[in-house]
Parts: sequence; structure tokens; C-alpha cells
Amino acid sequence: MSATLAFLGDFGDAFDYIFNSRESEAGGARVGGSELLPLLWTHLKVTGVAMAIAIAIALPVGLALGHSGRGAFATISVSNVGRAVPSIALIAFFVAFFPSTPEFWNVAVALALLAIPPILTNAYVGVRQVSRDAVDAARGMGMSSIQIVRSVELPLALPLIFGGIKTSTVNVIATATIAPLVGVLTLGDPIISGTVHGRAGQIGASIVVAALAVFAELGLSAVQRAVTPTGVKLERGASARAPRLGTLKRRIQTVP
Amino acid sequence: MMLIRLLLALACSAVLLGACGEDEEEPASTPSGNEESTAGKIQRDDANSEISLTIGSKNFTEQKVLGEIYAQGLEAAGYTISKDLNLGDEKTALAALKSGEITAYPEYTGTALLSFFGKQADELPKDPQAAYEEARAGFEADGLVALPPTPFTSSNEVAVTQATAEELGLKTISDLEAEAQDLTLYGSPECRQRLDCLLGLQEVYGLEFKRFVPVAIDQRHEVLTSGRADVSIVFTTDPQIQRENEVLLEDDQGMFPPYNSTLVLTQDTADQAGEDLVSTIELIQEQLTDENMQELNARVDLDKKDPATVAEEYLTETGLIGG
Amino acid sequence: MSELFAQLQRRDRSGEDCVSENGICPDWIVDNLDRYVDPFWDHVYLTLTSVAIGFAIAFGLALLAHRRRWLVAPIVQVTGILYTLPSVAVFFLLLPLTGRGNTTAIIALVAYSLLILFRNVIAGFDNVPAESKDAGRGMGLTENQLLWRVELPLALPEIMAGLRIAATTTVGLAALAFLAGAGGLGAALFADINFRSNVLVAGGLAVLLAVALDLMILAFQWAITPWLRAAT
Repeated sequence: MSATLAFLGDFGDAFDYIFNSRESEAGGARVGGSELLPLLWTHLKVTGVAMAIAIAIALPVGLALGHSGRGAFATISVSNVGRAVPSIALIAFFVAFFPSTPEFWNVAVALALLAIPPILTNAYVGVRQVSRDAVDAARGMGMSSIQIVRSVELPLALPLIFGGIKTSTVNVIATATIAPLVGVLTLGDPIISGTVHGRAGQIGASIVVAALAVFAELGLSAVQRAVTPTGVKLERGASARAPRLGTLKRRIQTVP
Repeated sequence: MMLIRLLLALACSAVLLGACGEDEEEPASTPSGNEESTAGKIQRDDANSEISLTIGSKNFTEQKVLGEIYAQGLEAAGYTISKDLNLGDEKTALAALKSGEITAYPEYTGTALLSFFGKQADELPKDPQAAYEEARAGFEADGLVALPPTPFTSSNEVAVTQATAEELGLKTISDLEAEAQDLTLYGSPECRQRLDCLLGLQEVYGLEFKRFVPVAIDQRHEVLTSGRADVSIVFTTDPQIQRENEVLLEDDQGMFPPYNSTLVLTQDTADQAGEDLVSTIELIQEQLTDENMQELNARVDLDKKDPATVAEEYLTETGLIGG
Repeated sequence: MSELFAQLQRRDRSGEDCVSENGICPDWIVDNLDRYVDPFWDHVYLTLTSVAIGFAIAFGLALLAHRRRWLVAPIVQVTGILYTLPSVAVFFLLLPLTGRGNTTAIIALVAYSLLILFRNVIAGFDNVPAESKDAGRGMGLTENQLLWRVELPLALPEIMAGLRIAATTTVGLAALAFLAGAGGLGAALFADINFRSNVLVAGGLAVLLAVALDLMILAFQWAITPWLRAAT
């Protein structure tokens, strides 16, 4: 019980840590407050770069596969294996096999690989579930494949695609907390190095990371709603739920 | 019907679960055949089995090897041992000791003086025995007992690659003064606040590095050899120094204290175990010279052997355990 | 008392071999496979326990919320927050409360899996065709019988899908459990993060475990839904 009460008391200290810098636990270094800004910046940078790489790879591939209808098995496999790889193992792989590459890029690429599966899956399913009638009509109008993808399938698949991007972004933000283990100083540093930043630092940094994740989730949900074509929104309005857990023939599970 | 299938499947999973329940704190493996075959120097005393010890260690190779050596050696002497190695840095280990999570762990005299007892750089004793006496007094004030130290000393040192040393003409740490603002230093996370690490380099030598990057302590050599770090903090017993031709800069202003290892126990454990424990520990430690410790570290870090295996090799090769 | 310190056998390390070159060394792997046994079983234990407890809680919550729809949103909110908290943070925050070891790790892993499992169970129930339920009621089944004999079997594919996702993601997260003082393949991995053979074996075993669990749950699903087999 006293441990729980102490925990609650630590919360106030944690908020102080977030806004005011202080001496480190044993003295000698400054932590907290404005010292968090470089950590936050690195966290955002590595997340941004990882997501950019992931989207650049997964989106075109997912769209292409979804349009042609081939590669369902490959997409499922990538999705399953992708979930199966522990983040620390992927980061360790790059650190061990590419020791001369700057750590930032090792971590960014590892995180990008982790971010690809949800985007790939959702892009694929997003395109597959576009009504065949719309695609046939477009083809009848003489559009080329690329035009069909761009003007018909992509817009209609956007809600699901953004769902995948949303999930990946939240995952990457959370996973970037272990980057300090290999020298990339994100907001995970206060969490992992408790003896330097103290309990307040651990709790404070956790709050900041959680807040980041929540902002990303809310922000991208808003974008997801914004890109849902009005017609689709109205059509779905009848059933009270937004697209959740769409399954294609119960084999591929998308993320909301 | 469906329900029965479900229950059957759940029952199977439960059996699977029950079959592999294991917790992190596990009893130390008993070295083979020390009862019947040639008896080692460690005498087994069955009375010791009433005394229960949890051996902890910090989070780098030498500590893991030491922890294993103590655990296996004491088990051979009949104590009931469990291990909780790889706890973290020195502050984490001390907290674990004080909270009762562990009952003993090997600490270094120099580390204790600087990190626990707030000694300043100019107050540090140069003599290993004096350092031990001061550390022991400090621990005693905290209600802990520090047993006699090991022969080996494993000091923090500032290291650069051969190439860097030649290029910048570095021999002593003071030589870094002119160059530091262009150099990147890598160290453990706690290095930032330790007087025998970055903090000391800043205060005693007045060095301002371009960048300090905290990494897990096991990385201290990789960061040098891969070129990410210009300067790194290493230990004198590290086998990589020789293999990678690293240059240790001389501590010309005397920043680093002696670092002999001493097993620190809670007062209760020491009282309960009595003199027997002390003499067994001294016996175990006797052969832990600088060369031997470096060889043991090499077997783990270079030959990639398991610390438990290497500890067993130490105990059998020095005749502490028979068979 | 010996006057001379015994010298340990010095190995000759001047040569270059696979290990010193930091390569992928089959010999070393075969010789040292036994050092991965305990971490592997620790990992299995952490994963299975966490998923089992998570499923029990999520399923219970879903049963509650099934009849009281207003509960769904708040439960999704709370489990969503638990999902958003980085597990690493939860490990470290729980440490002073629950100590080092498996308990802390399991609590965090369970918290993470709740959202996935809950949403899938609820979605499973929601996707049961109304006609089936009507037919059941028409046959005179009580609400409880309806639940266990009609709704649950039809919801199984979705529920199993959720279990598969939860199992594979938990294997991945359990690799970080070493930060909380629990064992697992992450501990073996982190013990030598620069040695390529070690990274491959520890990481590879984790991936294999996740794939194996995925397939086992799939096989289990296949076994208990014979009517779906007939369809495909």
C-alpha cells in the first residue's frame, strides 16, 4: 500500500521533471525540462524517418498487389512474420551486421521494417475491397491500370491505409523507447536509465511518450475520417461502427 | 460437444503451462562430481546448507563471471545458493542488496568510494589496501559487510584506437584537452554522473567533449572499433584492449582510484555465515589475479563462452573444485 | 595456502577463426545451443501465461459487454490506453511495485494484449449473423444456450484470429522482458548484441516460436471448427 501511495506522490514529481530541468540523481548532469527537447526531437526524427521509409515501400507494393489480386499469400505471410519478429531482435540484427553504419540509420531501418506489415496488409485489403463495379466502370471508361489505382482504388482504400499507418506510427513511437540501448537517445533514455534520471524521470518520460502516441493516434484518426469519401461515410453511417477489423475471407486481418 | 472440445484444448494448454513454469532466480548448477572424485580445495560442509545466499552481479562480463564463480564456489562449500545476476549498474545493485532482493554481490572499492560514499577526486587513496579499508568503513556505516578484496584490480580507463592515438599524439588523458571538443565520447548511461567517468573527466581534466553518447556498457569496445566513438571508457581487465590494439591514456592527474573487487554482504548474512564464509571466499578469490581475470574475461568476450561455464573452468583449473 | 598463483591455461587467440571474425558460425552455434534452452522455455512460459491470462480477462469482459453494449466503448478506451503505453515504460514503472522477475513482465504483457483480444472477441460476437440467432431462438434456446451453442462457435474464427495476433505480438514483446528482470530470449540476445551468431540464434528462435504458436492456434481452430472445414 505504501508503495502505491509513494507511486502516486511520484506523479507530481514526474510532472515537475517534464517541465523543469534538474540535477541528475547523483549529481553532475542536467536532466529533465529543456534537456528533454533533444530527446523528443530524436524520437520524432527516428519515427518520421522510419514511417517515411515504410510508407514508401509498403504503399506502392500493397496497392499494386491489391490491384492485380495476386500475392495474397505473400501479403499474409509478411504480415504474420512481421508481427513475429521482436523489435529488439531486428535492432540487434542491424547493429550486429552493420556496425559501421551510424546507429540512427540502423534503428530507423529496423523500425521501418517493423512498420511495413500493417501498412502493406491494409493497403492490399483496402484495394481489394473496392467495389468491382467501380473498377469495371473505370476500365470501361478507358483508364489505364495506374489511373485506376490512382483515381478509383486509392481514394476508396485511403481509410484502411490510414488505419494501417496509424497503427504503425503508434507502434514505432512505442518501440523507439528501446533505441537508447544502442546509442540513439530518444525519450526512452530516462525510462531505461533510471539511476540517472530518477523515478520522476522514468514516469515523466513515460507520460511524454504515451502522450505522443495518443496524439498520433488521435491525429491520424482524424485524418482517417477526413479522407473517408463522404459517400462511403454515409453508406457506413447506418451501422454504428466505423470500419473495424475488416476481414477478407477471414484470412487477412486488417488493423482499424 | 463444442464445449467439450474447447475444455479439452484448454486442459492441454494448462498442462503445457505447468510443465514449464520457471522463474528467473534459479539455483546455481552444481559442478559435476565434487563429492566422490578428487576433492577440491573447497571443503563441503553440510552445516552450511542452512545458510541461504542470493548472489547478484552488475551488468557486464566480469561481474557475471565473478557472480558465477562465487555462486558455484559457495555451492561447492555446501551453501544454499540462488543467483540473480545482471541487475544493472552499481546503484541498482546496491539498492537490490539493501532491499533484500540479493544478499551479496561483488563491488569494486573505487566504485564504492566514488559512487556510494561521495569521495572527491583529491581524497582518493592510491593504495589498494587503503582503498579497501575506506570502502569497508563506508559499507559498515551502511550496515553492510565488505569482505577482503581480490588480488586483481579492474580499473576504469580512457581508451582510443591506435590510429587516433597516433594521429592526435595522445599519450595521457591531459593530451585530450586540446582535442576533446572535436571528439565523441561513448560511455555507460551512469557515466554522466560518475567522478570516475565523464563527470570526472570534466571536473578533474576540464575536458569538454563534442558529444557524449550513453550506450549499454557491453558495447564499450565495439563503438571504438566500428569508428562511432573517438574515445571510450573501458576496464583494464578487458581482453579486447590487446586484441584490438587499443591505447589506454595515462591517468596523469590521478582521477581513477584502485578497483579491487570485494564481495559485499548484508550484516545479517555475514553474522549468520560467520568466519567459514570469509575463509571460503578468500580461498575462491586467491587465484583471481589480473592475468587470470583477463583470461576469464577473454573466454567469455572473445571465445564467446557462457559465464557459468567459464566460472566452472576457473574453479576446476585452479583445483578449487575437484573432478 | 599456495604461494604461487596458479596460472589458468592461456588460450592462443592470435589466429583468426569464425568467432573472432564475428561471423555466422555453425560450429559455435551447435556447441552453444544449450545456452538458449532455458531462455527459450522462459520465453514460452512468459508468452503462454500472459496470453492465457489476457484471454481469460478479455473474454470475461466481452461476455459482460455482449449484453450491455454501453460497456464496449469504455472497455475499449481503457484497454486502448494500456495498449498505447510502451511496454518498456510499464516494465520500469512496475519494478518498484512488483519487483524484478516474471510477475512484472507478465502484468505488462497481459495489459498490452487486452485490447487486441477484447476487440476480436466482441467483433466475433457482432459478426454472428442475425439469422442464426433468430433460428436459435426459434428453436427455443435460452439466451445462455444461444451464447454457448450458437454465437460462440460462429464467433470462433474471429476470436482465434485475435489469439493469433496476441500470441505473436506477445512473443515479440516478451523479448524485452529481460528489462524487468525476467528471462527470455531477449536476455540471451542482449547478452551479446554484437555477435552475429548470437543475434541470429536468439532472434531466430523468437521468430520460430511466434510462427509455431501462430500455426498451433490455427491448427487448433481448424480442429474445433469442422463445419468451416467442409466449406473450404
